[in-house]
Amino acid sequence: MCIGCRACEQGCAQRWNLPWNETIGAEERLSAHKLTTITTHDGRYSRRLCMHCAEPTCVSVCPVGALQKTAFGPVVYDANKCMGCRYCMTACPFQVPVYEWNKRVPRVRKCDMCRDRQAAGKPTACAEACPTGATSCGDRDTLIAEAKRRMTASPNDYYPQIYGLKEVGGTSVLMLSAVPFDQLGLRTDLPGQPLPGLTWAALAHVPDVVSVGGVLLGGIWWITHRREDVARAEGGGKEPRS
Amino acid sequence: MSESVLVLPKAAVLGKSHTSGWYVWRGIFTLLLLAGAYATYVRFTAGLGGVTNLSDHFPWGIWVGFDVLCGVGLAAGGFTLVAAVHIFNIERYKPIVRPAVLTAFLGYILVVVALLFDLGRPWNIWHPLIMWNPRSVMFEVAWCVTLYSTVLALEFAPAVFERLEWKRTLASLRVISIPLVIAGVLLSTLHQSSLGSLFLIVPRKLYPLWYSPMLPVMFFVSAVCAGLAMTIFESWHSSRAFGRQLEMPLLNGMARLLAVLLAVNLTIRFLDLLHRDALRLLLENRTETWLFALESALMLIPTVLLFSRRVRGNPTSLYFMALLVLFGFIANRLNVSITGMEAGSGVHYIPRWTEVAVTLAICALGFAVFRWAVLNLPVFEEKE
Repeated sequence: MCIGCRACEQGCAQRWNLPWNETIGAEERLSAHKLTTITTHDGRYSRRLCMHCAEPTCVSVCPVGALQKTAFGPVVYDANKCMGCRYCMTACPFQVPVYEWNKRVPRVRKCDMCRDRQAAGKPTACAEACPTGATSCGDRDTLIAEAKRRMTASPNDYYPQIYGLKEVGGTSVLMLSAVPFDQLGLRTDLPGQPLPGLTWAALAHVPDVVSVGGVLLGGIWWITHRREDVARAEGGGKEPRS
Repeated sequence: MSESVLVLPKAAVLGKSHTSGWYVWRGIFTLLLLAGAYATYVRFTAGLGGVTNLSDHFPWGIWVGFDVLCGVGLAAGGFTLVAAVHIFNIERYKPIVRPAVLTAFLGYILVVVALLFDLGRPWNIWHPLIMWNPRSVMFEVAWCVTLYSTVLALEFAPAVFERLEWKRTLASLRVISIPLVIAGVLLSTLHQSSLGSLFLIVPRKLYPLWYSPMLPVMFFVSAVCAGLAMTIFESWHSSRAFGRQLEMPLLNGMARLLAVLLAVNLTIRFLDLLHRDALRLLLENRTETWLFALESALMLIPTVLLFSRRVRGNPTSLYFMALLVLFGFIANRLNVSITGMEAGSGVHYIPRWTEVAVTLAICALGFAVFRWAVLNLPVFEEKE
């Protein structure tokens, strides 16, 4: 349905008070001044924006909790907490968070699904700006039902999968396409499980290391120094330890 | 730890007249600091974009890959030797504990300095202490590094108090020394391995020769190897710089332990590739394959040769083996954090000269402070 008019980009730029012109429109990649973009693939159009994962990788990796998943779906960022380690950027499987590289007090930038507009019951700026209805906004289950209805109604127009239904445990942004998703430059090799489980598998062992390690080290210390005490009690030659 | 054992280097060393080599080193040192000062100015006025080649698709460069990952790993000699002497009670290593603890302490300070450059908002560096997210590996690393730096400061503090002759403070430090040592070893184990866990979250970005669920274990074992190699490296240089005799029997024994740990390290790496069915990747003619081969060769050569008594017994060959281990370790950390991430992120990253300048200036400062501490504090044991 997308005709590549970039009205979503302009709507988004307006909402964030960011500049937009033909040059910026032609950039086709996310950056600190472009939080959503149309991408062109052999005459077909796709969009990039934060996918707002159900179990976001960025939220799990942020050491200070500057990124949070809100109840209505948006993943939001609090610059006042952020210390700028950029682990969210490294970790995001969709390479969405971008940085204000040339600012003295830089922020991570990303789409927040127009959290304030949503709270006021309005659609996102990009969905409102879209003249063809290619981007629409609503309850996730309703959108999934609508996607399935379209795929059944005109099976020739749609590739029979919803991008974001299962990727990294599901996302709050869903995409439909006429061609396989990798032809639109989307990653199709992502696991179906949320990524935070990968680091949690290691972090979960921290209490084990502390308790077992502590007892073990204490025990070794006691045994190795006990030998000395015994040797001293028996009149052995070793100096008493200080 | 009796106070009389450790004394300052002989006055003769302090009063040595300056050779031409001294002026060359002093000149290089000044140049590095000047370049670093310029890069620092640009960094804090124009932002990260003004001095680095980092980008939205490549947010971590050499300040993370070298300064932080390698810096923390190379400082692992501190906790390894402290554990050997104070927990395992291997008393003969005692003379090199203090230089190793000093190296570790300086290493961690330099890592924090590097972080102040790399963090976008360095004034918020303390935030993890009050804004918790226990699901984040970075949060755990932040806590461990903070606590362990405190432990290192307390472990090195006796050298300062001996110099100041604060007997009461020394006595009270001795009371808490064993719990402190155990805490230090635990904290080190945790964050050395967690630096590897950081990369568990990028299964589709890090090239599969390096991405493995075993990353935490590999990072820990290789850090202990690097720490021991660093101790040999620094003993060798200190003996030349301060006119001290090299503690060969000691270093020989340590090299033996290093050989065994290196063998363990390589075995883990090999088994990991085998079990992940990743050995076939070695047949692909890609940059990653060659970088992996380089890293493996740098580690394999000392692993084999250090088992030879002749190689261990000769100061020069021992030094070169330690150097190979250090290079192999650095190659590994850079592969995991930089070169192994390039293909997955779709961009090519080469550090800008200002990034390198900051890194070199920080290293130079480290050497200078180490030298100052050795000359002014009781770090090395007096030879009979």
